[in-house]
Amino acid sequence: MLTVDHLNVWFGHPPDRVDAVKDASFTVAQGESFGLVGESGSGKSTILRAIAGLIDTWSGTIDVAGKFLTARRRDRAFYKTVQMVFQDPYASLHPRHSVDAVLSETLRLQGMDDIDRRIARLLDDVGLGRGFRFRYPHQLSGGQRQRVAIARALAAEPRLLLLDEPTSALDVSVQAEILNLLSDLRAEHGLTYVMVSHDLAVVGHMCDRLAVMQGGRIVEVMAVDVLRQGTPQQDYTRQLIAASEGYARA
Amino acid sequence: MTLLSVQNLRVSFPTRHGTFEAVRGISFDLGRERLGVVGESGSGKSMTGRAILGLVRPPGRVTADRLDLEGQSILNLPERRMRKIRGRRISMVMQDPKFSLNPVMTIGDQIVEAYRLHAGGNRAAARQKALDMLAAVQIRDPERVMGAYPHEVSGGMGQRIMIAMMLAPDPEILIADEPTSALDVSVRTEVLNIMDRLVRDRGMGVIFISHDLNLVAQFCDRVLIMYAGRIVETLPAKDLHQARHPYTQGLLNSLPRLDAPVDRLPVLQRQDSWRNGATITESLETEFPGGL
Repeated sequence: MLTVDHLNVWFGHPPDRVDAVKDASFTVAQGESFGLVGESGSGKSTILRAIAGLIDTWSGTIDVAGKFLTARRRDRAFYKTVQMVFQDPYASLHPRHSVDAVLSETLRLQGMDDIDRRIARLLDDVGLGRGFRFRYPHQLSGGQRQRVAIARALAAEPRLLLLDEPTSALDVSVQAEILNLLSDLRAEHGLTYVMVSHDLAVVGHMCDRLAVMQGGRIVEVMAVDVLRQGTPQQDYTRQLIAASEGYARA
Repeated sequence: MTLLSVQNLRVSFPTRHGTFEAVRGISFDLGRERLGVVGESGSGKSMTGRAILGLVRPPGRVTADRLDLEGQSILNLPERRMRKIRGRRISMVMQDPKFSLNPVMTIGDQIVEAYRLHAGGNRAAARQKALDMLAAVQIRDPERVMGAYPHEVSGGMGQRIMIAMMLAPDPEILIADEPTSALDVSVRTEVLNIMDRLVRDRGMGVIFISHDLNLVAQFCDRVLIMYAGRIVETLPAKDLHQARHPYTQGLLNSLPRLDAPVDRLPVLQRQDSWRNGATITESLETEFPGGL
């Protein structure tokens, strides 16, 4: 479904050039859920943004569903295959667009017909119900907004969802609801996920395999069982697991 | 010994639909211990911290039967008197150092200013104190950091600088409101270790406000769990996993765990009875479990 090979992403020009991602390679199979973990600045979100076409300074190859992507341009067919959900549901919805406007605009852009029925179905899919259709973002809680953002991503009927920290702005009880929703949607629609998170437990819950990143490089790709059993190859991964287990009084 | 005694604290805001109570009558005593306050967004945990420091702005209203700092009432003091307490006797570390540090002042100037405001003394002495504090929070090159601006340091360093600044006047109580939520896990441990050591050496009382139950259980001695502006349960931190209130249990269960994989996460079913039900109090064996 997704193959990333020798991906480099940089910002700025020499001498101030920052190499955010260095020589990253991984593949994600159809229907798989793949995690990217690492600390802030490790380049995990940058990889997602490069795939989504939000960054044009990259080199290497990105192959989505058998098509090679070129630097910046993405055609409409691409966005029918790939959609993204962002971290902050407060920032990713237009404050003056109702849920109906957000979804119908996306559907129209994707050239869908029968918009009325599709909106109702999308809202049902994400567990909101039709009563939310004409609400504005400020009338929704954080979890409900993230559901709208997920509905918007699903509107194009994509096959690959890029999830950038989809629950880190939410309370743990709401996080559980959203993670369950994402699991259900993956099973129902046969979706492929690439999920970025700093929370190893969330990635452990959601993903089949994951890549650990440090300083722009992928240090290790492993199956989730390796993470659960705490038997990774690299020292850095072990440190990350130990740190995420919480604070032990010195 | 009780440093801070809070009885029936309420914070309310007038709205178009009547009065909204963010904190609805909470009571607790703080000794020289680490007290965790846990709850979800909107549970009133941050508002509690702000009310103690007199940081609730009008039209917000703070009332209490008692709000005593070492036997003296600090409830709704005039701003001039509150300023003598704030920073000097009760300090606060907030969530994000990016928003708590002045972006157009060097870090050194900010620490010196904060210190002299509370402790007086000349510039040279204050500067030395600032350097000592930066060294105490394990900043390797304090001289360089003194001359740096906030945007030139990382998040973890910024938070350590905040801790240095807040602890410089030797306050009796430190209120830490989500002090590590904006930090990476590896940096988090370091910042907590530093805070832990300083607090223990100086025998301070700490109110540690967080949404992270496990972190609070590991860092604190005692935990208050807040829901809808009330304390629903208090218990020793080490017994958090034996919590009896369904809300606390629900929060713990909704966390994904690496060691116990599940297909679906249990979802919290909120109940109306939690809003006004009785507080579950674990009978404490010692006054301050976890010891000092």
